[in-house]
Amino acid sequence: MSSVQTHTPPTPGSASAAGTPNAAVRAAGRIRDTLRSPKYGPVLVTASLLILVFIVGGTRYRGFFSAQVIVNLFVDNAYLLVLAVGMTFVILTGGIDLSVGAVLALSGIITASLLQAGWAPGVVIPLILVLTSVLGLLVGLMVHVFKVQPFIATLAAMFLARGLCYVISKDSISITDPVFVALAQARIPLGGRVSMTWSVVIAIVVVIVAVIVLQYSRLGRTVYAIGGSEQSGVLMGLPVARTKVLVYVISGFCAGLSGILYTFYTLSGYSLTAIGTELDAIAAVVIGGTLLTGGYGFVLGSVLGVLVLGVIQTIITFEGTLSSWWTRIFIGALLLVFIILQKVLTARRR
Amino acid sequence: MTAALARFAGTRIFWPIVLLVVLLVINLIAFPGFFTITIKNGHLFGSLIDILRNGAPTLIIAVGMTLVIATRGIDLSVGAVCAISGAVAAAIILGSPDPGNPGVVAVAVAVSLGISLVLGVWNGFLVAVLGIQPIIATLILMTAGRGIAMLITEGQIITVNSAPFKTLGSGSLFGLPVSVIIAAVIFAFAALITRRSALGLLIESVGINPEASRQAGVRSRGLLFTVYAFCALSAGIAGLILTSNQTAADANNTGLFIELDAILAVVIGGTSLAGGRYSLAGTLVGALVIQTLVTTVYTVGIPPIATMVFKAAVVTAVCLLQSPATNAAFARWRRSLSIRAGKGAAAS
Repeated sequence: MSSVQTHTPPTPGSASAAGTPNAAVRAAGRIRDTLRSPKYGPVLVTASLLILVFIVGGTRYRGFFSAQVIVNLFVDNAYLLVLAVGMTFVILTGGIDLSVGAVLALSGIITASLLQAGWAPGVVIPLILVLTSVLGLLVGLMVHVFKVQPFIATLAAMFLARGLCYVISKDSISITDPVFVALAQARIPLGGRVSMTWSVVIAIVVVIVAVIVLQYSRLGRTVYAIGGSEQSGVLMGLPVARTKVLVYVISGFCAGLSGILYTFYTLSGYSLTAIGTELDAIAAVVIGGTLLTGGYGFVLGSVLGVLVLGVIQTIITFEGTLSSWWTRIFIGALLLVFIILQKVLTARRR
Repeated sequence: MTAALARFAGTRIFWPIVLLVVLLVINLIAFPGFFTITIKNGHLFGSLIDILRNGAPTLIIAVGMTLVIATRGIDLSVGAVCAISGAVAAAIILGSPDPGNPGVVAVAVAVSLGISLVLGVWNGFLVAVLGIQPIIATLILMTAGRGIAMLITEGQIITVNSAPFKTLGSGSLFGLPVSVIIAAVIFAFAALITRRSALGLLIESVGINPEASRQAGVRSRGLLFTVYAFCALSAGIAGLILTSNQTAADANNTGLFIELDAILAVVIGGTSLAGGRYSLAGTLVGALVIQTLVTTVYTVGIPPIATMVFKAAVVTAVCLLQSPATNAAFARWRRSLSIRAGKGAAAS
C-alpha cells in the first residue's frame, strides 16, 4: 500500500500529457507494486496459476474444458469452500483451527444418526449448526480467557469431536430421509446440459456473506486489525476479546455447515471421514494468499486456493494412471512454492 | 518438609505428576493386580511394562519435539517421517534375497535413519535459512510425507517377516523390551547432552529471543538445524519401532496422530509452546500420562472408542490448570482465605 506513495510524484508537465512514456512507466510500476504487495501479490499469482493449470489440463485431455467440469469443481468442493471460509477468519487473526475436519465428521454423523432416528431435517440442520457453533465458542473462550494456544485448544476440540464420532457410531450410517435425499440430489439446471447442486448455492452464499463481512463490516476490520497487531487493536479500543472468540464460533459454524454439505455429497455419516481435511483447508487458505501470521488475505483468495486443489484433483482423475497419493505430494509442493513466495513478497516489504 | 512440598507444588511438573498418580490409583482400584510385575522366561510382564513399551515411540518423538518446541518451533511432520522411515526399512528388507540376515536389517535401519535425518535437515533448512514459520514449514512435509511413503510402498501395506527386525519392536534385552531400552537411551542422551553442556541453555536462549541470542553470538541457525534433524531422527527411530511392532509398513496409518500425542506430552509436561524453558523430565511424565490414560480406558472398562474424548478432557484440564487465568484465580482464592482467617483471629 505504502510504496505507491513512495514513488516520486510526477511533475505537473508530464502529468498533463497522458500516454507519455512517463505514464506508461508509472502504470508498469503500479502493476509491479500490486504484484509485489503482500496483500494482492499472492492472490494474483494463485489466479494465474489456476488459469495456467486449467489451460494445461485443457490441452492435455479431451473434454476438460467443458462447463460441467468447471461446475463440478464447485459441486465436489462445496464443503471445502465453506471450511476454507471459516479457516480464513481464524487465520486472519493469526490463529489456527485444527478441529474443522473432526467437527465436519461429527456434524455428518450426528445428522445421519438423528435422521435415522426419525427427526425432521428442518430441526436437525439448525440444531447441528448451533451445536458446532457452541463448540467453536468453547474453543474461543479457551483461547481468549485461558490463554491456551489456538493450536492446543483446537487440538483438544479435534480429539473431542473425533472421539464423540466414535462414541455415536463406529459404523457408517446411511441417510434415507426422503426430504434430505431430495435436497441433496436436486440438480439446478444452468442451461445446456450443465447443472449444479444446492450445496454449491449454499457455499456461494457463505462466500458472499464472508466477503461482505470481512470487507465492509466493523467485525471484518477488527479481524484484520487483530492479525496486524493485537496489542494495537486493544489500545485502539477495538472489541478484540469479542472478535477473537467470534472467529472460532464462525469457524465452528462453517465446519458444521460443511459437514452437512459433505453428507449431501456422500448421503451418509461415518466417524472416519475427512481425516486430514483440516490440512486441505489450511493449504487452500495459504495457497489463496492469506498470511499465516494474520492480517493479510481475502476470502476470494481462499476460494481460488480451493479451486486450485480441485483442479489438481480433477487432472489426476483425468490422467487415470496417476495414483491418488500424488495429490498429497502436489499439494505439499504447491504449499512450499506459495510459502516461499509469501516470504519473498513480505521480505521486500519490510 | 512442608516448605519443600510447597516449593514442589509450585513447579510446573507438579500437576502432571498429580495427574499421573491419580490415573495410576484409578487403575489400581479398578484392577488390584495392576502393579504386579512377573518374570516369565526371563522377560518382565505386567501392566506397567506394557505402558512403558507402548509409550516408547511417543516418548522418543516427544524428546525430540521438546527440543524443537524449546526453540519456539514445532514439528508437525514427525508422523509422516515415521511412515517414511518404516516404509523405507520394509522396502529394503523385502527387496533383499535374505530378509532374516542381521546385516540386511542393519543396512535397512541405517538407510531409513539416514533418510529421516535428511528430512529433518530439510525442515531445518525451511525454518533456519528461509525463515518460514515452523508450523507451516513442517506442515509441508506432513502433507507430502504420507504421499512419499505411499510412493515407496506403492500404496500397499508391506508385511515384513524378519526376525532381527522384529526384535526392535517386540524383542527384549535383560528382561526389558528393546523399545523401552531405546527410549531410555535416547532420553538419557538428550538429557545429558543438553543439561551437562551449555547446549540446553543455548537452545532456550534461541527460543526466548532469537534475535538477541544471535547478537550475543549464539549460532541459532546451526542450532535450529540440529534440533530439527534430531527430532526427525527420533521420529525415524519411532517409525522403525512401530513398523517392527506391527510387522508391517502402512503408509497411511503408521504414526498417525503421533505428532499430536508427542506435542501433547510436551505441553502436559509443562514446556510452553511459546519456547524457552523446557523440561525433559516433564515430557517423560507427559508421555507416561498419555499412555497411562489409554491403558486406564481399557482397565476401567470404558469402551476404547471413547479414548479420544478422555484425551480431550485431560488435555483441556491440564491446559486450564496451567493457564495464567487459573493461577491468578487460585492466588486470589488463597488470599481471600488468609484474609478471612485473619479476620476470624481478630474477632476471637
